Amino acid sequence: MNASDLINGILAGERRALSRAISHVEADSPTGREVLEALYPRTGHAQVVGITGSAGAGKSTLVGAIAREERKRGRTVGIVAVDPSSPFSHGAILGDRIRMQDLTGDGGVFLRSMASRGNLGGLSETATGVADVMDAAGFDVVLIETVGAGQDEVEVANAAGTTVLVANPGGGDDVQSMKAGLMEVAQVMVVNKADLAGADTAVTQLRGLLAIADLGPWEPPILKAIARTAEGVPELVDAIDRHQAFFRESEHAEGERRRHAERQVLAITRAILHREALATARASGALADLVSQVAARSRDPRNAAEELLEAVRREWAAG
Amino acid sequence: MADERPIRVLIAKPGLDGHDRGAKVVARALRDAGMEVIYTGIRQTPQMIAEAALQEDVQVVGLSILSGAHLELFPRVVEELKSRGVDDVLLFAGGIIPKDDITAIEAMGFKGVFGPGTDTNDIISFVKSNAPQRV
Repeated sequence: MNASDLINGILAGERRALSRAISHVEADSPTGREVLEALYPRTGHAQVVGITGSAGAGKSTLVGAIAREERKRGRTVGIVAVDPSSPFSHGAILGDRIRMQDLTGDGGVFLRSMASRGNLGGLSETATGVADVMDAAGFDVVLIETVGAGQDEVEVANAAGTTVLVANPGGGDDVQSMKAGLMEVAQVMVVNKADLAGADTAVTQLRGLLAIADLGPWEPPILKAIARTAEGVPELVDAIDRHQAFFRESEHAEGERRRHAERQVLAITRAILHREALATARASGALADLVSQVAARSRDPRNAAEELLEAVRREWAAG
Repeated sequence: MADERPIRVLIAKPGLDGHDRGAKVVARALRDAGMEVIYTGIRQTPQMIAEAALQEDVQVVGLSILSGAHLELFPRVVEELKSRGVDDVLLFAGGIIPKDDITAIEAMGFKGVFGPGTDTNDIISFVKSNAPQRV
């Protein structure tokens, strides 16, 4: 299937075309770029919701519960579930479908697992694109579940109009050690596993952190939920809806959308820059020499990096 | 880079047997060989397996079965894949499969059948040399 087959197929509701197009976008192939370019003007219908939080917070289970609640409300749901790639083999086991088995037979749900492919740089680059394709395909809601580790937590959130931060009752350490960046990207916070001791303490701590965070006009609600039993999930979906309405209709909507668009553009720029600069640096004749000097401790790594970047700039300037 | 896309594989267990050690060993071996392995858990219906293969756009589907129902379930998986237009995946099977059944399974379109005691390296090289190019 070429790009126009894929585009026509997606607009005709063919799941096979959608699935193949996602592969192209994920691989950042020329066909993938063509598809994205053509479909982007048709995006904007879906509520794109990021679900982020540390590993083990219950993100997959919560995503499943949110999807079921959205289906009850008559909305179709696309899901992008990201799991980590091994930094050594680059392989991955993608197991999110295990927690969402019941959704596999539902024609109103499309679940795609993605590996973070960390070595290639820029998860937000492809996750954003995949969410856009699902949006253009007509899904009412697109849920993006992050890896739950490192910078990707913040980066993938850039793809979403609403980002939900999932925390747990955990004696405080979990919440207190939350990265500042995470607090700022989340518009809805939920303490999952709220049947465990310490849920109210976690809520209080989140509230305390929010009080000192640099917030815009939207004040993130802090909810409690038990994803396993779906308790609190209808309220969570209500909160997401409220933020989406704010994002689309309030007096602040345009500013919010611009801020979101800027974050997206900058995140993708950073990813591409990172990838291209590293590729040029690796191909540069200067690298081996600099490495030898650092290994022999005759030059410090910071200085070597500066030198290498200078070589990259020269290369780029030469066109 | 477009040409560095890892091979995507679906490992699935059709039917009612609840033992997935073999499936997990294969899943881990393929991951360690650099592939992206979608694992769906036990007790999958043919419809669920085919739908997962469709949504994940995998190049390879591996079925693991211990219950003895392979001659009933495998054709249904193949049929469900075809009805979704998924006609370009590499199929292989593993588990407890009598030698006498292998010809029948190959006739359904399975390119490899791996019994107990198979060296995972054999499965890895089988997948690497037979997986269709995707993107």
